[in-house]
Amino acid sequence: MNAPLGRPAVDMSVRIGGLTLKNPVMPASGTFSEELAEVFDLGTLGAHVLKTITRDPRTGNPTPRVTEVEGGMLNAIGIPSKGVEAFLAKVVPFYSRYDVPLVVSISAPTSADFATLAARVSVPGVAAIEANISCPNIEEDGRAFAIRPGSTREVMARLRDATDLPLWAKLTPNTGETPEVARAVEEAGGDALVVANTILAMAVDTRTRRPRLGNLMGGLSGPALKPITLRMAYQCARATSLPVIGCGGIATVDDALEYLIAGASAVQVGTETFIDPLAMPRIIEGLRARAEAEGVAAIRDYVGTLADAAEPEGVVFMQAAP
Amino acid sequence: MTALPVLATAGARVFTGPLRVAEHEAVNADYRLMRLEAPPTLTAACAPGQFFHLLCPAEGRHAPLLRRPMSIYGAEGDRLSFLYKVQGKGTAALATLPVGGSLEVMGPLGQGFRLDPGWRNLLLVARGVGLATLAPLAAAAKAKGMGLTAICSARAPEFLMSLELFASHGAEVVTVLDSDGTSAVEHLDPMIEARMAAGAVDAVFTCGSARLLRLLQALGDKHGVPGQVALEQQMACGLGMCHCCVRPFRRDGATVPLRVCREGPVFDIREAVA
Ligand SMILES: Cc1cc2nc3c(=O)[nH]c(=O)nc-3n(C[C@H](O)[C@H](O)[C@H](O)COP(=O)(O)OP(=O)(O)OC[C@H]3O[C@@H](n4cnc5c(N)ncnc54)[C@H](O)[C@@H]3O)c2cc1C
Ligand SMILES: Cc1cc2nc3c(=O)[nH]c(=O)nc-3n(C[C@H](O)[C@H](O)[C@H](O)COP(=O)(O)O)c2cc1C
Ligand code: FES
Repeated sequence: MNAPLGRPAVDMSVRIGGLTLKNPVMPASGTFSEELAEVFDLGTLGAHVLKTITRDPRTGNPTPRVTEVEGGMLNAIGIPSKGVEAFLAKVVPFYSRYDVPLVVSISAPTSADFATLAARVSVPGVAAIEANISCPNIEEDGRAFAIRPGSTREVMARLRDATDLPLWAKLTPNTGETPEVARAVEEAGGDALVVANTILAMAVDTRTRRPRLGNLMGGLSGPALKPITLRMAYQCARATSLPVIGCGGIATVDDALEYLIAGASAVQVGTETFIDPLAMPRIIEGLRARAEAEGVAAIRDYVGTLADAAEPEGVVFMQAAP
Repeated sequence: MTALPVLATAGARVFTGPLRVAEHEAVNADYRLMRLEAPPTLTAACAPGQFFHLLCPAEGRHAPLLRRPMSIYGAEGDRLSFLYKVQGKGTAALATLPVGGSLEVMGPLGQGFRLDPGWRNLLLVARGVGLATLAPLAAAAKAKGMGLTAICSARAPEFLMSLELFASHGAEVVTVLDSDGTSAVEHLDPMIEARMAAGAVDAVFTCGSARLLRLLQALGDKHGVPGQVALEQQMACGLGMCHCCVRPFRRDGATVPLRVCREGPVFDIREAVA
C-alpha cells in the first residue's frame, strides 16, 4: 500500500522523551516475547517492551493463572522470572537483530531494590526502562507504588538517580489520584507515562464456590478496561507535559486513535495479541491507511486533538462522579 | 518508503489465518469431528501431538474472547481435522460452524510426540478426549514401520471412537469400558504389565487421565519402559508469551514449572507430576 502519487507517505514516527519510534505501536509488557517472531517480523514494531523482570528468580502464582470474563480476562501470572542475570545473558541479545528500541520492564519490592535493578539493566542494547510501579499482584493486597503520589515520587527519584536511560513509569488504574501520581512522576524526572496496567479484580466459580484464579485476585485486561485507561491517559496528558503511552483494551485502529486523540503519543497492545497474534502489524497498517484517507500528514498530528468539550475548569470530574 | 505488509508472515513458521470448514459432523452424543480445507504445506508441517489455537466464532453477547487449544486429530493432504467435545462457551460456538464457514486457526504449535527409530512396538492408552491427541500416532507409527497397540478406554461402547482409524493403520485395538469394569486400573495393571514383562512394549503413550498416567509411570519405572504424555492446561496466548499454561515437572531433582504450550503439550512421562 504505497501513498497515492503526488502525496507524501504518512510520517508514522513519534517521539517519546529522547527516543524516536518508527511508529506508535508496541506490545504491552507480559503479552510479548521472542516466540512472536514465529508469527510476524518483529522489526515492524515501534518498540519492544518485554515482560517485567525481577532481580531474583521467581516461580510465579499457582494455576489457574487466567480466566475469561465478559469483555476481558483476568490474569494473576505473578511475574515468574529467571532473574536479571539470565535475562541479560539470554533475552537481551535476541533483540539486537532488530533496529527497534528495546524497553526493559522492571519490578522490585522496595525503592532501593528498584534502583539497583535499574542500574543493572542499564546496558548497551537497552533503550529505555519501564518501571512497573503498578503490578497489582506483587505487593500485599495488590497495593503498589503508583497508588499514591508520595510513594511514586520516592521510587521514581531513586530510579532517576540510578540510570541515565529514558525512564517510563507504568501507572495503575487502582488509584483515585491519577493526575497527582502522574505529576509525581514528572517532578521526579520520569520521561514518559505508560497508562495503564490492569485493574485489580476477581471472579468466582459459583458451582465450586472457589475463586477462578489460583491467586484469588488478578488484573482485568481487554476491551472492558479501555474506557477507564483512556480516561486516565487523558488525565495524564492534561496534568503533565510528559509523553503518554496509552494501554488498555486496544484491539482496533479506532481504539488506538481514541488514545491518540485523547492525548497519548503512542500505544501498547496486550490482550488482543493473544486473540489475534497479528494485531500489532494490523493496527500499524490501519493507522497509516486511516491517516492517508483523512489527509493527515503525520500520525503525531492526531495527538491531543480532542474537540473541546466545553469543560468548566476543575469541575468536570466532580460532575462526572456518581 | 515501502509500507509494511499487513500479513507480515514472511519467514514465519506458525500459520495464522482462516480455513474453510469442509466437513463438520457429530461422531456421537459427546464428540464432533471437524475437517478444514488446508494448504498441503500446512498439513505437511504438522506432527502428532502438536495443537492449533482456534478462534471460536463469536456467539451473541457471550462471545468467547480467548482462543481454544485443540490437538491435531488428522493432517493429511488438504485436510486438517479436529475431534472435540462440546464443553463450554468456546466449543459450543465451534459446534455452530456450518460447512463452508471459516475458522481462524493458528498453528501447528508445541512439541509433539518423539519416536525413537529403535522402537519396534508402541503401546498407547487413551481415554476420552485424549484419543484425539493420540490417534495421529497410528499413522506415524505405521510410516516408521513400528507396531502399535491401542488400548481405548471409554464410559460405554457408544463412546468408543476411532477404532477403525487405528485398525486401518494395522494397530491392534483393545477396548476397555467403565460399563463392564474392564477399564479399572486393577484390570489394566496386570494386562499392561504382562506385555511389558514379555518385552512387547518399547514405549508407552497416554493422554487424558491422571489415573492412567500414574499407572504407566509406575509400570514404566518397574520395567524400564520409557513413555510420553500429552497434558492440558488453560491457555491464553498459545505461543509461550504469557506463562499462564504452566504445570509442575520433575527435572534434575527439582520441581520446575514448564509451559504446556511451548515445552509441551507432550512431555517425558517420568517428568510429569500426576
Ligand atoms: C494442548 C491441548 C489440546 C487439546 N486437544 C483437545 C482435543 O483434541 N479435543 C477436545 O475436545 N479438547 C481438547 N482440549 C481441551 C479443550 O481445549 C477444552 O475443552 C476447551 O478449551 C474448552 O473450552 P470451552 O470454552 O468449551 O469450555 P469452558 O469450560 O467454558 O472454557 C473456559 C476456559 O477454560 C479453558 N479450558 C477448559 N477446559 C480446558 C482443558 N481441558 N484444557 C485446556 N483449557 C481448558 C478454555 O480454553 C477457556 O479458556 C485440548 C487442550 C489442550 C491444552
Ligand atoms: C497475561 C498478562 C501478563 C501481564 N504481565 C505484565 C507484566 O509483567 N508487567 C506489566 O507491567 N504489565 C503486565 N500486564 C499488563 C499489560 O501490560 C497491560 O497493561 C494490560 O494488559 C492492559 O492492556 P490490554 O488490555 O491491551 O491487555 C500483563 C497482562 C496480561 C494479560
Ligand atoms: S498459553 Fe501463553 S505461555 Fe502458554
